Amino acid sequence: MSDVSFVRTEMLPQQAPPATSVGLVGWSRENLFSGPVNSILTILSLIFIYFVISGVLHWAISPTWAATSLGECREMIAAAYGEGAGHKACWGVIRERWLQLMYGFYPPYPVVPSANFGAAPEGAWPAFFRPNLAFVLLVLAVVPVLFSNLPRKMLWITAAFPFLLPWLLWGGTLWTPILVALGFVIGYLVMRFAAPVVGTIAGFILAVAVPLLWWGFAIGPLADAFSSVLPLAIPEVQSRDFGGFMLSITIGVVAIGCSLPLGILLALGRQSNLLILRSICIGFIEFIRGVPLITLLFVASTLLNIFLPPGTNFDIILRVMIMVTLFAAAYMAEVIRGGLAALPKGQYEGADSLGLNYWQAQRLIIMPQALKISIPGIVSTFIGVFKDTTLVSIIGLLDPIGLSNSIRADQAWNGIVWELYGFIAVLFFIFCFSMSRYSMYLERKLQTGHR
Amino acid sequence: MTTLTDPPRESFRLSMLIYDTRYRSMTIQVVAMICFMLMAAWLINNTTQNLESLGKKIEFGFLAEPAGYDINQRLIDYTSRDTHLRASFVGLLNTLLVAVMGCVLATILGVFIGVLRLSKNWLIARIMTIYVEMFRNVPVLLWIVLFMAVLIETLPSPRAFRGDNATASMWLGDTMAVTNRGVYIPEPLFSRPLGDLPVFGAFNISLELLLLVAILIAGLFGARVIGKRADAVQEATGDRPTTWYIQLGVVLLPLIAALLAMGFHLGYPELKGFNFAGGIHMRNSLIALWLALSFYTAAFIAEIVRAGILAISKGQTEAANALGMRPGRTMRLVILPQALRVIIPPLISNYLNLTKNSSLAIAVGYMDITGTLGGITMNQTGRELECLLMLMLVYLAISLTISGVMNWYNERVKLVER
Repeated sequence: MSDVSFVRTEMLPQQAPPATSVGLVGWSRENLFSGPVNSILTILSLIFIYFVISGVLHWAISPTWAATSLGECREMIAAAYGEGAGHKACWGVIRERWLQLMYGFYPPYPVVPSANFGAAPEGAWPAFFRPNLAFVLLVLAVVPVLFSNLPRKMLWITAAFPFLLPWLLWGGTLWTPILVALGFVIGYLVMRFAAPVVGTIAGFILAVAVPLLWWGFAIGPLADAFSSVLPLAIPEVQSRDFGGFMLSITIGVVAIGCSLPLGILLALGRQSNLLILRSICIGFIEFIRGVPLITLLFVASTLLNIFLPPGTNFDIILRVMIMVTLFAAAYMAEVIRGGLAALPKGQYEGADSLGLNYWQAQRLIIMPQALKISIPGIVSTFIGVFKDTTLVSIIGLLDPIGLSNSIRADQAWNGIVWELYGFIAVLFFIFCFSMSRYSMYLERKLQTGHR
Repeated sequence: MTTLTDPPRESFRLSMLIYDTRYRSMTIQVVAMICFMLMAAWLINNTTQNLESLGKKIEFGFLAEPAGYDINQRLIDYTSRDTHLRASFVGLLNTLLVAVMGCVLATILGVFIGVLRLSKNWLIARIMTIYVEMFRNVPVLLWIVLFMAVLIETLPSPRAFRGDNATASMWLGDTMAVTNRGVYIPEPLFSRPLGDLPVFGAFNISLELLLLVAILIAGLFGARVIGKRADAVQEATGDRPTTWYIQLGVVLLPLIAALLAMGFHLGYPELKGFNFAGGIHMRNSLIALWLALSFYTAAFIAEIVRAGILAISKGQTEAANALGMRPGRTMRLVILPQALRVIIPPLISNYLNLTKNSSLAIAVGYMDITGTLGGITMNQTGRELECLLMLMLVYLAISLTISGVMNWYNERVKLVER
């Protein structure tokens, strides 16, 4: 017997995969050139990308930062590249007008009421200190809500922000926001200490009524009295001076912040089995969703005063905010209703069998899940609201698009298109895109995973 | 000895209205109703007081007065001596025109982009993602004004078409002129016209169009009958007769015959003096609005289409393959019917959004119903309440119609579960 073995006794060493199926080559063979059609498409899109990028670069690289009019831009381009330079950007318009696009006609140094653009008056705060501080506070107030791993103490900024924002932007005495905030404290105290004495229902009614009386009748005189002792006031700014992205963000933030709670209430009303309440909610939601926002803004600008007691005349920005909030709330209600409908019935029954009452069940069991399901819809409604704030330009408010119209009507910049609209579009894109990315992050984080 | 007595009869106490769940919902509803009525009464009271102090009354007589303004883009005859009502109607037709055109273009673009976003080609998928994100995250109003500005600033003026060394030329073999005053396209003309059919004396519908539509509908109906018969033959014998060319002929031949009989030909735009004459003139405002709305909505439709295709589990394709279906049939008989059920409802609500967004026409001066009834008519007559009420009702009617269609479709394709 020879010991010839016909079976290999040791394994061959593993070989590297062929060079054409790994690395960059393998990847592009699989993803870009997997067949004749795909190869043609890839080559066509490469050509397309080349033309777009070279065109944009050729247009954007243009030494016109210092220009003060379109004519000067053309001279600068001709001086730098000769006559046949083609279409080139004129960046001077952004340098000259970017403060306006950001803040509208908001006075940069409102410490002295009459001081507008130009040199800073004596002892003034830095330019646009107030809107900038409001924006920083906004970020600080929103961040602890968005990211739960930040210190919880930051939520105090969130609680204070709704009262600080109007004071910072419109000015006036600090006593008003303090006293308004005090109204909520009073309501809480009434609920806490009066309810055991007079009963829950009566306590609740008192807790609503007392702050309303406080806001209605006590605040005005009290604020006057306090400010005569210690003014704590900053100069007031008129609403007509608001503009630019500041206006868009202000309207957007207020509408977004108020529409979510309002939308939840409307959705609950629409889902409830109280017939009258449900009909009112359905009517409201369907009416608002059936008409374009622009008609509601027309109502805000021309008609709202007719519906209010004679002699009432309040701020146009406030009117617009109310309308945009109502509009957003109707859409929000539908999104949340979708979330409510998607919950399995067992969740409602489980809450009932635990003996929870309606509001406890909503707060502890239904809403957390329903809101989680509807996060994508909620965020896309937010994005929609923020984009829709541009519609205020049609009723004459100076948001970025309204300002761009007046800039393009200006003699010096007549004929500017891409630079201006591109700048505005990029800013809107940054806001909306980061919102949509955040919603994706939140969805991943909250996924408790049944699948 | 014990006697059975009835349990003590529970007498109704007032506090039960609040603490007894049997009555509480009633109480809440009554309170809500009272609050709602009070609110409504308060609003109506304020309105009447304010209107009285302004010396106005709610009346719609102004609609019969002459409008006194021109509408340059219109589908029916209109002069500035016509009434406000007719101006509003012209505006309504313009709204519907741009909405229908926008829905068609947005659907085509959206389906195309949505499918390409799922392409295995990495580069194509990325380009389409950039398109979607770019259009979704920038306000539609900005797109509209941008398109308008680009059309005006970059296209050649009619003057550029003149002379021997013209710098611009017409498109598609001299049939279409793209200028900064708008686009001129060929118009359909009939050398043996049938005349017009007056409707309520308000406007005329061209009889040619009516005839063509009638023939088309009859043809489609005939084609369907033939298809049904083919189905019956297939049921009975198992063989399906080839009928597609008969069906095509039934639809097309009468149409062509009618067109020939009426002497159909195209009228081309021509340069006369400083401007083009002849053809259909689509103004920049219409083009800008149409393109901007379509491109914007297409980004949303692309996402819907993508989600619809992704929503069909892979098992469906595999099961169809296991049954021996060819890929085309798999798509047509298995994937598409299920994907459409997911796609159509959000698609229709996007059509609705497009229609509502068309009210932004006012930003580029396209005279839709917001521009006529809610714009010039309102400003001229000072009848804000009546105009806005009518405007809202019109949009509400359009919205409710579209959502009614959607509900009907949903009801029809609803999954019947156990």
